[in-house]
Amino acid sequence: MLAYLIRRLFNAVITLLVVTAVTFGIFFLVPKATGSDPALLYIGKTSDAASVEGIRIKMGLNDPIVVQYGKFLKGLVAGRDYANGPDVQHCPAPCLGYSFKTDQEVTPLLMGDLPVTLSLALGAAVLWLIIGISTGVISALRRGTILDRSVMGAALAGVSLPIYFTGLLTSAIFVYWLGWLPQGNYVPFTENPGEWFVQLLLPWITLAFLFAATYARLTRANMLETLGEDYVRTARAKGLRERTVIGKHALRSGLTPIVTIFGLDLGALLGGAVLTETVFNLRGLGYQALTAIRGNDLPIILGVTLIAATFIVLANLVVDLVYGFIDPRVRLA
Amino acid sequence: MSIGATNARPFLEVKDLNVRFETDDGIVQAVTDSAFSVEAGKTLGIVGESGSGKSVTSLAVLGLHRTRSNAKVSGEIWLDDQELVGASDEQVRLLRGGKMAMIFQDPLSAMHPYFTVGSQIVEAYRVHHPGVNKKVARERAIDMLARVGIPQPERRFNDYAHQFSGGMRQRAMIAMALVNDPKLLIADEPTTALDVTVQAQILDLIRDLQEEFGSAVIMITHDLGVVAELADDVLVMYGGKVIEKGPALEVFRNPQHPYTWGLLGSMPRLDRDVRDRLNPVKGSPPSLINLPSGCAFHPRCPYAGRNGNRSFTDVPVLHGDVHKVACHLPQEARTEIFQQEVLPNL
Repeated sequence: MLAYLIRRLFNAVITLLVVTAVTFGIFFLVPKATGSDPALLYIGKTSDAASVEGIRIKMGLNDPIVVQYGKFLKGLVAGRDYANGPDVQHCPAPCLGYSFKTDQEVTPLLMGDLPVTLSLALGAAVLWLIIGISTGVISALRRGTILDRSVMGAALAGVSLPIYFTGLLTSAIFVYWLGWLPQGNYVPFTENPGEWFVQLLLPWITLAFLFAATYARLTRANMLETLGEDYVRTARAKGLRERTVIGKHALRSGLTPIVTIFGLDLGALLGGAVLTETVFNLRGLGYQALTAIRGNDLPIILGVTLIAATFIVLANLVVDLVYGFIDPRVRLA
Repeated sequence: MSIGATNARPFLEVKDLNVRFETDDGIVQAVTDSAFSVEAGKTLGIVGESGSGKSVTSLAVLGLHRTRSNAKVSGEIWLDDQELVGASDEQVRLLRGGKMAMIFQDPLSAMHPYFTVGSQIVEAYRVHHPGVNKKVARERAIDMLARVGIPQPERRFNDYAHQFSGGMRQRAMIAMALVNDPKLLIADEPTTALDVTVQAQILDLIRDLQEEFGSAVIMITHDLGVVAELADDVLVMYGGKVIEKGPALEVFRNPQHPYTWGLLGSMPRLDRDVRDRLNPVKGSPPSLINLPSGCAFHPRCPYAGRNGNRSFTDVPVLHGDVHKVACHLPQEARTEIFQQEVLPNL
């Protein structure tokens, strides 16, 4: 088990290393291909040749790509100094460089965005798990009835409608028409939990609708399959109450595949829910990434990509570990 | 009922049992007018091909079709003087796993993969003994595991089904079925998924436990050897109907229905020359949605035309005293065919 864990952690580090290499490669190659100069992006086009050269030296842009990548990795692990003669700027670990646009340090900038994305993703996850699983189970038990068909119809709509449509629709209904909810304005949880909740409710509902739809369909399919299993018949043959047969025996195996999907979905979402954050004007990682892409702010794009990749790799690891506990047939070795 | 009354009901009596399923393709008439009975301490063997209605019959006795909304069960099932078809779901549930229990065919899929074998036995015990605490139930489960011959039962209690070998898994399944001392035990092809050597052990085990508990046993199988070994009475089913029934010895020595002859002819035997071919029943089992007219067996019966057209038009009635058969051929003709055409090839 310990050996397995060490091996998996090692694999995770390798994966992340590859991700940094690829993203860094793109980060380095894209300006070359488009004929733009990172130094110019950083300092602005109107600058004189001397200061552009100064920036080149300071950012190490004149070094070969391998050296630049090495310095970038060192910055991630141990921090680095950007120096041009006496002009030294220290960037503490984990250093992701400075924004081309605002000259802010990328790491604290993104760490500031993380709570917004975290709040959005976790709150929505709670909602979609509850709604998705319960409607999925009910649908499976009432298979073929009007209830089942309408729930599955709604789920189909949820899966196929894009966030920027449902987001605007829910805003129109709950904010502008009914006036039940405020027009989103993120308030940190530490500042005012009640306000944090109310302000995030609409983004949660919108994001959860999309995922709940997928989870309802998945749960229903899993439950229908499980209900036909021999061991469910055995549970009934033992004289167990139908409640126990469904709630314990069928649900136990029906939900197991959901764990995998959930881990991966949540991992991916923690790297930024670009559409939801944009629609509801939430300044999270996704919003930051979008702004950075628009402004060609490569250090921020690189930073968000790295964070997103880290979450996905971690989620994968956690899912595999958890699976070893919930499915006794899986041996972690 | 007074003691010594001659009209006492058998321990299990099934009358006019009909089971049908409404499907998208039409109505599946899985069991038609089935009737049989089993006394306490006796074993009834039900034989027939896949789809002949054996398993559906046993699931009907346990009331397991109740959760399927498309299933319709009619007739009478009397268990120890209690009628089950008309009883409430809750009444039947309380009997299920308690007074009547079932051993299933494939113990790997019939046991829950995510719960330990021990906990599944404990669960079966506690649902019928609500006042019993976990520790007592656990001791009972370990005791049962020991009684069905599982070595180191305290340790195996915490194992999962996939950690058991096939034979041990079936033993555990039997322990789970017997944990509440059922008075009726239904075994649905309990040895099909097992090695031959293990099959014999499991059959011996069921017989020993039956003697110990005095239960009535229904043994569902397509293996006539198993029936010959264990059963007191035999029921032969074809296309959802009982086509021959009687005392096991009698049915084996003097089989009456051409389908039974076919089943006997399909049995491999060591004393036969290796060059001889088996004599399987030709053709395939009938569709239960659209049964053949008249005798359902007529398309596969080599003797169907020997008695005029009745086999093609009229449904044969089960007739006879103790040994009953549903066949249009007259008794004498059947005896002659069996003696001259069938027996020499068996």
